[in-house]
Amino acid sequence: MAGLAVFLGAALGFAAVRFKVQEDPIVEQIDAILPQTQCGQCGFPGCKPYATAIANGEAEINQCPPGGEDGIHKLAELLGVEFKPLNAEHGEPKPKSVAIIDEATCIGCTLCIQACPVDAILGAAKQMHTVIAQECTGCELCIAPCPVDCISMVTIKEDLATWKWKYPVVQMKAAS
Amino acid sequence: MEMEIPGGTNESRLMNRTLYEFNGGVHPDEHKQVSTARPIALAPLPKQLVIPLSQHIGQAAKAIVSVGDQVLKGQRIGQAEGYVSVSVHAPTSGTVTAIAAHAVAHPSGLSDLCVSIVPDGADQWVEHASLDYRNMEPSHLRNLLRDMGIAGLGGAVFPSFIKLNPGAAQKVPTLILNGGECEPWISCDDMLMRERAVEILQGAAVMRFMLNSDDVLVGIEDNKPEAIAALRVAAAECGFPVEVIAVPTVYPGGGAKQLIKVLTGKEVPSGGRSTDIGVATFNVGTAYALHRAVNHGEPLISRIVTVTGNVHRPQNFEVLIGMPVAELVRLAGSVKDDTSGYVMGGPMMGITLAGDDVPVVKATNCILAQSPGLFPPAPPAMPCIRCTRCAQACPADLQPQELYWFARAKNFGKTQEYNLFDCIECGCCSYVCPSHIPLVQYYRYAKSEIWAKEKDKKAADQARERHEFRQLRIEREKRERAAKLAQRASAKPAEVASGSPEDAAAAAKKATIQAAIERAKAKKDSVTPKNVTDLPPEKLQEIAEIEARRAKIREIAQQPVDE
Repeated sequence: MAGLAVFLGAALGFAAVRFKVQEDPIVEQIDAILPQTQCGQCGFPGCKPYATAIANGEAEINQCPPGGEDGIHKLAELLGVEFKPLNAEHGEPKPKSVAIIDEATCIGCTLCIQACPVDAILGAAKQMHTVIAQECTGCELCIAPCPVDCISMVTIKEDLATWKWKYPVVQMKAAS
Repeated sequence: MEMEIPGGTNESRLMNRTLYEFNGGVHPDEHKQVSTARPIALAPLPKQLVIPLSQHIGQAAKAIVSVGDQVLKGQRIGQAEGYVSVSVHAPTSGTVTAIAAHAVAHPSGLSDLCVSIVPDGADQWVEHASLDYRNMEPSHLRNLLRDMGIAGLGGAVFPSFIKLNPGAAQKVPTLILNGGECEPWISCDDMLMRERAVEILQGAAVMRFMLNSDDVLVGIEDNKPEAIAALRVAAAECGFPVEVIAVPTVYPGGGAKQLIKVLTGKEVPSGGRSTDIGVATFNVGTAYALHRAVNHGEPLISRIVTVTGNVHRPQNFEVLIGMPVAELVRLAGSVKDDTSGYVMGGPMMGITLAGDDVPVVKATNCILAQSPGLFPPAPPAMPCIRCTRCAQACPADLQPQELYWFARAKNFGKTQEYNLFDCIECGCCSYVCPSHIPLVQYYRYAKSEIWAKEKDKKAADQARERHEFRQLRIEREKRERAAKLAQRASAKPAEVASGSPEDAAAAAKKATIQAAIERAKAKKDSVTPKNVTDLPPEKLQEIAEIEARRAKIREIAQQPVDE
């Protein structure tokens, strides 16, 4: 009996080491839910720092407007905490948009390039700048530094590529 | 299942092929005879053609003409962009009048980029010639077919050149021509098979060559005896073995996966393609278009369209791509007064058109005019009672009632677990639902939400990567700057402490300069001015005194100033 116990113990111990499950650290899992706009509306300088703060219990899960209610639900589910409505202090969810530079007004100061968290603005000193629309996350961080106010946010229009089937609106007859 | 049709002398008729059954399916009223009474008519040139640049699955073509350009019939006006894409062509000769957003056949009712052409009436062809496909590099041939705009005409409009690639195996053993045409009201494939069976098989010959296939099967539902007979006659004379098989009429028996199951007994794995099980399926219309492209050099600029429903003279027309629906229905004797709208496709899977100004595209197999009498509005939906009649009707072996609950609750993860993406949106579930729930709408909603989320996820991943790279770059630049500063700071004291070869060289240079100065000084001292040679002694005395004073001043000047 003792031999069996020792054997089983050894087998279990071996299995624990051999088949150890490499789990994502919690910060990575939180970061994967965040929308990666890097806009800083949550009060942290980017999505990863916010994820770290949530993981350390230093931030609430309802501080990310671009993530919306959906994101909060997912975070609540991941962390096993209660859902909270979005904290209005950090802003409201907005429709997806991209920054557009009025190229005639741009003086080529490079301030927006330095502000862009995802390197989505192309240009050089005293050269006109332009936004690479596909890379723009719509974080609005480039707007404040612009000395000539030539950057505006444009809501992405629905086209055939972005169009979605709507939730069916079904006329229901109450069963009598 | 075999039908006795006079005139069919092909041995295939005598073969006793075992047919299989797929689960589910429904038997809606066919309404096909109303549009098969008249032969295919050639639709005349309309006043204007509107050719969308995105008529196929995949990336839209890129316009390569400009407004004002004169184009010839068959001239390429849009070039394929990316891998999953095909070109689009001018259906007739004329002038490009606009390249702009125009209403298109899409459930959203949104506009898309289209090229408008006003025909000049000459219908003059661009230079074109048949392809010597047997003596051609296979990839070159496929690229030519892409440039000729050949895409699947069964409804999905998938670029054919991709499906005509036999892949690593260099072989797709079974080639199936799909003449099922199971959807009610539509008869364009039926009429094409009746009238152009020989050409369809000529197209099949090209497919068979490209895919190195052993068997060629033509599956036709047994409600089209004329088409079956015509293809059997053509098969007897086409020069390669073709088996024309009548399959039982059951909707959606013309679905690619369903037809494969019926003909071969094989099932396409969930999430897989038919080529995974060695089968390639093409619509008969695609085979015909391929024949026109390869044997005549004509790109895909027209197709057969059934115009039926609430029209006076339902008929099939050979229509140029880009023909406005309004002009097309006029050819069928106009619509009756109580017409409430148009559907592109059939009543089961078709899409409701926002208006009649949309153009015919490569996917347009049918224009169905609707009226409240022919298509009464669906009665109000009632709650799901979990009767599972939808599950019995589902030809994809799914659990529609479960999918419905999950889609309704927006539990998209669960819908995927229940294989939502194997749903072909055939509408059998909605058709049999005793509660009249528009089930397919829920599946379409769930699918497009999942796609949108996947797209967002991809964009977020890319943004994360770019942000992290930027962070890394800023960090690196900071480090590099600090390193440079440190290097400069350490370089200064090194200059003072001589010892390095550079310092030695500098010292040598300095010494040389110093020596030169010394030499010049000595020379200057050794020379006596000539103007002082013959002077009286008192003058010399005076000069000496002045020189002494000067020397003294120099001495004072060189002394540091006391403060």
